[in-house]
Amino acid sequence: MPGISKTYLSDIRARAETAKEKKAALGPDIDILLYSQHIERGRIESLESLEQQAKEAALMTGIDIKEEARSGSYMQVDHSVVYERINTAYEGQLEIMSTSDALIKYDWLENYYWRIVPVDQDKYTAQAELKMTHGYFIRVFPHQKPEYPVQACLLVAENYVSQNVHNMIIVEEGAELQVITGCTLSKSDAEGIHIGVSEFFVKKGGKLSFTMIHNWADNFHVRPRTAVIVEEDGMFVSNYVLLKPVKSIQAFPAAYLKGARASAKFNTVVYGRKDSYIDLGSKIIFEAENTRGEAIARTIAADESVIYSRGDLIAKTKDYCLAHLDCRGILFSKKGKIYAIPQLVSDGSSKAELSHEASIGPIAEEQVEYLMSRGISRDDAVSVITSGFLNLDIPYLPEFLDRNIKEVIQATAKEAL
Amino acid sequence: MQEMLRIEDLWVSVGNVQILKGVNLSMNYGEVLVLFGPNGAGKTSLIMTLMGFPKYRVEQGRIYFKEQDITGKDVYERAKLGIGVSFQRPPTVRGVTLRKLVEVISDDKVSKEKFLEYSEKLNLSGHLDRNLNDGFSGGEMKRSELLQLMVQRPDLVLIDEPESGVDIENIALVGESINKLLGKDRVKEPKRGAIIITHTGYILDYVNGDRGCIFLGGNVVCQGNPKDILSEIKKNGYRGCLVCQE
Repeated sequence: MPGISKTYLSDIRARAETAKEKKAALGPDIDILLYSQHIERGRIESLESLEQQAKEAALMTGIDIKEEARSGSYMQVDHSVVYERINTAYEGQLEIMSTSDALIKYDWLENYYWRIVPVDQDKYTAQAELKMTHGYFIRVFPHQKPEYPVQACLLVAENYVSQNVHNMIIVEEGAELQVITGCTLSKSDAEGIHIGVSEFFVKKGGKLSFTMIHNWADNFHVRPRTAVIVEEDGMFVSNYVLLKPVKSIQAFPAAYLKGARASAKFNTVVYGRKDSYIDLGSKIIFEAENTRGEAIARTIAADESVIYSRGDLIAKTKDYCLAHLDCRGILFSKKGKIYAIPQLVSDGSSKAELSHEASIGPIAEEQVEYLMSRGISRDDAVSVITSGFLNLDIPYLPEFLDRNIKEVIQATAKEAL
Repeated sequence: MQEMLRIEDLWVSVGNVQILKGVNLSMNYGEVLVLFGPNGAGKTSLIMTLMGFPKYRVEQGRIYFKEQDITGKDVYERAKLGIGVSFQRPPTVRGVTLRKLVEVISDDKVSKEKFLEYSEKLNLSGHLDRNLNDGFSGGEMKRSELLQLMVQRPDLVLIDEPESGVDIENIALVGESINKLLGKDRVKEPKRGAIIITHTGYILDYVNGDRGCIFLGGNVVCQGNPKDILSEIKKNGYRGCLVCQE
């Protein structure tokens, strides 16, 4: 087996060692040594043979247990890859395996692994390397366009676990791929941390639509570290949904538009509940001509939640680029907080057109009354407006999940009123 | 004909300003009442009060609809009882499409085919997936309001200045749609009652009003044939009404 070189690996690890105690620039500092349990699990024959609790948790993050409308699946529970499969109809179009296996299989992966997320960014990236527990590797071959999405589920089932995954997606030239990732817990009282490094590469003319649904719990910390490179004429779309409480989450994914006419779009939907600390953003860096980007965030803060909604558009090309940032929040509670922090940077880019709109406010009573005058009850009017505000128009989301998300929103909206 | 609406000695304020000053008015099922009056006379305040918007505070008087005292009922309850309103300037609701709202209003009571037929007739098929009233022209707003009311099917329709902001070409469409909404094109089915506010009277070229009322200083000062009233206003303005009252 060729695999990536030992020299590169040892260099990476040496850099990780230097960052083992390095605090992150944003978000509360977590004592990751508290989460040191190591849990290995056996393989399963099919997703239907998952334990009931795990199955239900996976379902709620968009995972199709029957795999009917999926081109492939990857499932990880705690520190083990328990399942990976490509639907037979799509064999030869793509490959799915754990990143640890891919590092052994492909020497060329050296050109991708830790190339866009710095391994020494902070203690979380360092831990992801030094105590790596798999993560998925998905590659769609040149000009292949599987009709259905690949689904990946990263589930934590035990307490005091630090799940340290490194995910990689490569969309080869002219290929198209949709990915639904569900990250969740099977115990609602679990304490622990999920560290997810994700490095995605969209080659020339490729398209990647990436949907991530996070369902965490009151005592769980999450530190994703994501970066994407989009080449000429490539397109990256990210849909991120967080509707359940979380102890703390901090992430600021970045898309680097390296090739001409490359584009990126981030849709972020966050419903802060209980005392969740949520610091999320999206960053698009424009490095080539006629690149385009859009970052849309919809946040609702209920209960005592604190939400930072960040957005950075950074133009670095001397040529034309166009970008817009739309960051809106609704405060449902007098104890909640929303910080909307849009930032536009034009770094010598005299032709860049960057714009943003940001707003925070309550649901307009005028809108509620308008709908009530059509014979819609107050609760239903608030629900229609709130659901519209969050605008969960995510392709391939199972109908029951879409319904469930709307029910969660409606129930919380009623409580808030 | 049976009485549908009765307003007794209605006094209404907005903030600290007294707007309606002892209005007495009644109308029968299927009757179309046309309200004339200068800006600030209280016409819009009357229909907003009838719909139950809390900003319009009833200080005195009662409102009866279908023999029920609705004075203390909220907007939703009144809509459920059969009152509907077409706003002059409805709010923009981003994130909620016209299609979504109509589906919620319909609650499966109006078939999808019927609703699409209404949309087509109102020339709104291309607007169904747009955010409600977001960037709609004056005419589009009016037609969108009428589409919602066609699905809501109230017994009493309150229409605030259907011709304002609508170009000449579209006034005919709005007028015909109001007639359809009110059931004027049907022989056997019961007709809907309406209170229509108009400044210009253009809408009377398309909709037949049964009775006209002039609103001045927060009260009804004159009633009669709407076309006669309109021609009088055109001739002498509202100043003529003041003289007549003296």
